[in-house]
Amino acid sequence: MSEPGPAPLIEVDGLERRYGERAALSGVSFQLGERQTLGLFGPNGAGKSTLLRVLATLLRPHAGAVRVLGASLPDESWKARGKVGYVGHEPLLYRELSGRENLVFHARLHRVAEARVDELIEAVGMQRRARDPVRELSRGMVQRLSAARALLHDPPLLLLDEPYSGLDPAARELLDPLIGKPSGRTRVLVSHDVEGGAAESDLALGLRAGKQQHFGKPDPAALRGLYQ
Amino acid sequence: MIGTAWTILRKDLQIELRTKESVPAMALFSVTVFVLFHFGLQRNELEGDLASGVLWVTLILATVLAVNRLFVTEREQGGIDGLLLAPIDRTAVFIAKAGALFLYLVLLELVAVPAFGILLLGPDLFKPLPVLILLLVLADIGLASVGALVSALAVETRARDLIVPLLLLPLLVPVAIAGAEATEPLFSGNQSPHELGKWVGLLGLYDMVFLLVSIAVFDFLLED
Amino acid sequence: MYGKGLRTLSIASAASLGTALGLVFFYAPLDADQGFIQKIFYIHVPLAIVTLFGFIAGGLMAIKYLRSGDRSWDMRSYVAIHLSIVLAVAVLITGAIWAKASWGHWWVWDEPTLVSFLIIFLLYCCYQPLRFSIEDPERQARYAAVFAIIAGAFVPLNFIAVRLAQAFSHPRVLSTTGGDMPGSMRLTFLVSVLAIALLYVTLWKLELTSKNASHQLKRLRQRLELEAEERQTRGGAPAPPVSTVPASPRET
Repeated sequence: MSEPGPAPLIEVDGLERRYGERAALSGVSFQLGERQTLGLFGPNGAGKSTLLRVLATLLRPHAGAVRVLGASLPDESWKARGKVGYVGHEPLLYRELSGRENLVFHARLHRVAEARVDELIEAVGMQRRARDPVRELSRGMVQRLSAARALLHDPPLLLLDEPYSGLDPAARELLDPLIGKPSGRTRVLVSHDVEGGAAESDLALGLRAGKQQHFGKPDPAALRGLYQ
Repeated sequence: MIGTAWTILRKDLQIELRTKESVPAMALFSVTVFVLFHFGLQRNELEGDLASGVLWVTLILATVLAVNRLFVTEREQGGIDGLLLAPIDRTAVFIAKAGALFLYLVLLELVAVPAFGILLLGPDLFKPLPVLILLLVLADIGLASVGALVSALAVETRARDLIVPLLLLPLLVPVAIAGAEATEPLFSGNQSPHELGKWVGLLGLYDMVFLLVSIAVFDFLLED
Repeated sequence: MYGKGLRTLSIASAASLGTALGLVFFYAPLDADQGFIQKIFYIHVPLAIVTLFGFIAGGLMAIKYLRSGDRSWDMRSYVAIHLSIVLAVAVLITGAIWAKASWGHWWVWDEPTLVSFLIIFLLYCCYQPLRFSIEDPERQARYAAVFAIIAGAFVPLNFIAVRLAQAFSHPRVLSTTGGDMPGSMRLTFLVSVLAIALLYVTLWKLELTSKNASHQLKRLRQRLELEAEERQTRGGAPAPPVSTVPASPRET
């Protein structure tokens, strides 16, 4: 367990997000300090991905206070953008372009030097296939490129939605130093693997039907209870 | 912001060059429609208002094809989140998309206008060409702005393919009016323009209004 | 909240409509060329004017919605546009009747107002399908607002374009006495415009009030259902079925 840093990178208080009349998230409150990992747990439809997307500034909070990296959402969303690395369900890569072309595109959008692209392609072990169109690549390779995309701008905060799904152990090993605990980055991680996720997290947040059920040190027994 | 727009535009052109989806389809469509008009109107040659009308209606219908596809790549390939996460001005996305549509229209016209000259147009095409080019460029700006906006509007709806033409065509009527009226004298008699200022003015007004309105409202279509 | 002033408005509308009808039938002069049927002018043109303002108002309310995020503006915009679409049909029908009576054809391309209306009507017909094909309610409201603004900006542009196209062809066939109207006609015309405008605002308020009430009802029902569900999952006793609980909207 690492020591929490001085000021929290994420502060959430009473976050609410509605979908029509239904509450997709309600009463979510937590804090996350530097270099800490927050694990999000809960059954399907609990709102984990929604919460991640709110933190990524892709969705606006409907009520409550949210501060990410010192920027208050949604009014100061633009300040937080470009400082968050997001690996979601979609790889956010254009299938007709090659892995390298995709990364160069994102590098330009984030105003990052092109050299970094090659750096990351090597780091995720995609040197040989980086110039093939994404639609020809396997799921594991696409996921690796997606991680590379998220790391291009060296973000202080990583938001990871089941980043290891579909990856074989070799690929996992490759990505661990980049987006896993050893990377030393501040992370919010969604995982269905209660044991593994709990082991990796400094703090755990349990959600069920949009409502926060549990926040604190990871307790696998309590977390498993969410899935009942 | 121009730099960002150019980056996005370049990406779209890269994809279009590889898939060759929009421009060849538009060109093929236009020539086919000319053939249809030949049979439908039962004429070997058109001039004056008929020629003008056939040309402009065909161009506008071809625009619908491109508009349908403009945002589809983003939606299907999950690209829009990638654009939303980047620290960019979202208006750049609109400018890039409108720019792409403008380029597709220009490329289309490079094929369709000569084809029209060969297949259906009676009078000479070369003499009125400079004025025609001016009209086409002005019209393309309006078509591109409105097209990009409608494309973004329709991309989230269920019946996207139907909504686009139903929404787009009435909005493009002023372009059809100005284009056809201005082109009619170019395809008849001594082929010199008549009342050109009026129609250029209308196109200019249309372009300005819709460019400004689109830029103002586009952000709201992207945010969540 | 919306129902305030509804009664006064209804009375005012009824009164002015009555006055207008009276004026049309008993006061306004009979047209020499077109005869009695010319009187349809007093409903056709005021309807057209009010409908156009309705569309533009819908656009303005949509701007307010986008700037404030307050959903009630979206509701107001929706009702304004919805009403105007219905009135637009009436404009087209009365225009056609007038055309048939004056010129023997059900449609005349030379009447710029009628032609512009047809185009605008075709455009706004997309409003409801567009709205209701977007499932997320927030997004639906936002996209509808964008549409309302584009279409609202389009209305004047369209009129200019169609007018320009007709300028040197036939003179306006459905106009009456060219530029100036005699005093009696002008009075009748103005009263008719007022009457239809009042009618529009009354109907607008009425629909808003009823929509608001059914919205609140729906929300109450949903909340009750959610609470019942929660009680059930939290423990033991099944919750009472919601339908037996009378839910009445509070009088606002």
